[in-house]
Amino acid sequence: MSAVLDQAVRDKAPQGCFHCGLPIPADSRWQATIDGSVQQMCCPGCAAAAQAIADGGFADYYTTRTAYAVQADLEAARAPELDLVDGAGMDGEGSFSVEGIRCASCMWLIERQLMRVPGVLDVSLNVATERLFVRWDQGECRPSGILRTLRAIGYTAYPYDAHRHGEQLERARKKLFRQLFVAALSMMQVMMYAVPVYLAGDGTMDAGMTALMHWASFFLTLPALLYSAQPFFMGAWRDLVRRSPGMDVPVALGIGAAFAGSLGALLSGQGDVYFDSVTMFVFLLLGSRYLELGARRKAAGALERLQQGLPAAALRLRGDPLARDTELIAASTLQVGDLVLVKAGQAVPADGVIHEGETEIDLALLTGETRTQPRMPGDALPGGAVNATQAIVLRVTSAATDSTLAMLVRLVERAGQGKPALALWADRVAGWFVLGLLGLTVLAYVAWLQVDPGRAWQVAIAVLVVSCPCALSLATPTALAAATDRLLRRGVLAVQPHTLETFDRATHIVFDKTGTLTYGRPTLRQTVPVGQVAGDACLRIAAALEADNPHPLAIAIRDAVAEPGHAQRIHCTVGQGVEGWVDGCCYRLGSAAWVAGVAGGVARAAVPAGTTSVWLGNADGWLARFDLADGLRPEAAEVVQRFRAAGKTVVLLSGDEQHAAQAVAAQLGISTAIGGKLPDEKLDFVRRLQQEGAVVAMVGDGINDAAVLSGADVSFAMGRGAELAQLHADGVLMGDDLTPLADALDTARRTLSVIRQNLTWATVYNVAAIPAAATGLLSPWMAGVGMAASSALVVVNALRLRKDR
Amino acid sequence: MEALYILVPLSVVLVGVALRVFSGAAQSGQFDDLEGPAYRVLQDDDR
Repeated sequence: MSAVLDQAVRDKAPQGCFHCGLPIPADSRWQATIDGSVQQMCCPGCAAAAQAIADGGFADYYTTRTAYAVQADLEAARAPELDLVDGAGMDGEGSFSVEGIRCASCMWLIERQLMRVPGVLDVSLNVATERLFVRWDQGECRPSGILRTLRAIGYTAYPYDAHRHGEQLERARKKLFRQLFVAALSMMQVMMYAVPVYLAGDGTMDAGMTALMHWASFFLTLPALLYSAQPFFMGAWRDLVRRSPGMDVPVALGIGAAFAGSLGALLSGQGDVYFDSVTMFVFLLLGSRYLELGARRKAAGALERLQQGLPAAALRLRGDPLARDTELIAASTLQVGDLVLVKAGQAVPADGVIHEGETEIDLALLTGETRTQPRMPGDALPGGAVNATQAIVLRVTSAATDSTLAMLVRLVERAGQGKPALALWADRVAGWFVLGLLGLTVLAYVAWLQVDPGRAWQVAIAVLVVSCPCALSLATPTALAAATDRLLRRGVLAVQPHTLETFDRATHIVFDKTGTLTYGRPTLRQTVPVGQVAGDACLRIAAALEADNPHPLAIAIRDAVAEPGHAQRIHCTVGQGVEGWVDGCCYRLGSAAWVAGVAGGVARAAVPAGTTSVWLGNADGWLARFDLADGLRPEAAEVVQRFRAAGKTVVLLSGDEQHAAQAVAAQLGISTAIGGKLPDEKLDFVRRLQQEGAVVAMVGDGINDAAVLSGADVSFAMGRGAELAQLHADGVLMGDDLTPLADALDTARRTLSVIRQNLTWATVYNVAAIPAAATGLLSPWMAGVGMAASSALVVVNALRLRKDR
Repeated sequence: MEALYILVPLSVVLVGVALRVFSGAAQSGQFDDLEGPAYRVLQDDDR
């Protein structure tokens, strides 16, 4: 069956990479032999992963899968920091969280492949939580080997850490699931007893039978009331203790009153029973909580993965601190007295004292203080603080590894905590609503005492039941949960709850330039041959010379070539360039002065503004010039266009020079470009806009954007950007792509309109139903149906947000 | 109609049994992964 699906997928995109489905670059020569036929691949990572899968005898994966795999990353498979995992204290068994599970075959592949690893005893994968449990023989196998095996076939995995993964959210979800199930069973059964009583006309059902049905309802309501409704009663109690009635108070009151009233009616043999309404309340409200918690758990998980769930690492200095000779170790193995290097943007790995260097630190996550504070040598730094400006050397004073962990935990917990202004408003309204409602109930009771004392109690109960603000309390949380879930699937993580609301209201969208609208790393713009050799050949020689060079310019040149040649005797001179032998000829690549040393003469032709040039030459003369520049994201223009179409003012705010900012702005159609701003000047600029009444949304990526990101009304950080920026942003773009941001605006707009519709409907319902109940026109079945219908309408309306249009 | 006097209490007891079965299943972790087993059945491991 799935083979057919796969065929359909492939037919639709016959040009795509066989492994991940992405388009194959025109000059790609990567391929893998699968089941005897050669398949085209888009990159060396995918080719390696596919070949590993096929060679392992798992080519079946490709025939049974129903979705393409995630693009494999060759670099990720090497990752030396994986060795840190071995010291993380896993003795023969452990859990890992796995990324990139797309379909059934992924699960099969992962389990089979791992069982092949020598020493692995047991493997089981939980698809819902994307968590893998493995047992292994410590003598034969190490955790880093397991992670490497997974990476070789294209899945990124991290050790699972209960603290960081929001284990509590997971336990809460399980308990809620049970409560929901019990409530559902109880509701269905009670409804079966209630319907015959409602359907029977007056007098057609004898009193004994009616009592039997009611008693049965009573017994089945008990589990829903005593077990499932616990969260509401506990929440209401907390609210009362704190003297700030929220939504739980009227809900608990409604449930309690309806149950007590029904029980009274049952015992006295007169009046109406509302057991069906009670169970329905409980079920619907729990259902919305379950959805909400599910969305929160997913968001927390996504954030955790973004923070690269490897054990916190530290750069320990070996020998003389001035030599800056560092080794990467797990922060948990730090000893008192160790000297560690903390680079700008990194978190302090353990409590310590500054040994060398002045910097400013950011304590936002530890103390809530948003301004950075200057620190001098000799000052103490708490672990978990973030070094904001310059690299420092720290002497460890206590090996408290919990401190850094605590910071990450706090970040995860922040996702989905708190409530947006709109929900707070609904809560406040609910508080007043309760008071008004109690007043109204008493009024109705007193009024009916005058008219017909026999029905007074019954009417009072009816008012309480019908007005239980079910719809009102479902209106915002369901919509927000659905929207958060949708955004996450689109690649936007809304960390702060107010993100959507404020983003919709924003009048100005301010973009950082480098790393946000551009890639933030150089890409090859053009190759200019200046000698006898063709550009392509020059590029291949250059890529061969730059193999294994970590310099950004070297990476840019390597990325531009599909199949580099092979160079020997490569020698690197810092700040100058490289020299090496390709095909029996000695070449130099680097600055003009460096190449002139072998080619003679001086470099000809002027270098275009805004680009960096790298030269290639040999003893025969100059060969080529490579112009490299920061590349504009291809989707940036469209995203800017969409924001403008939505009526937002787009501004480019950059630390780069004015003419560079202007040039990018002109390409993207941004009318206002401001360059040459320092971090605090950026913040001032945003503050000034805010004083003029603007609501500012800021999008940035770097350490220098942290201040302005927290100063803006709502902010987004790039997922590939600095961690410090992400800590201060209200939302994070998970991928290296701006398009989801434009989608987020659409989603925000739709979410807000759905919430407004829901609140309007809930209000209309209550305004209509309460007077009807107070005047005694409402029978129990009408109350039940009205309540269920209004709640269902609200939930269904909210769930529309999950669907893609 | 008198049969209902037996059947209704019986149904209450049956719901009690259902709840008992459910709590046992939940305790043994059968609801921990609601997606995986649906996938797992599609894979033919016999080869």
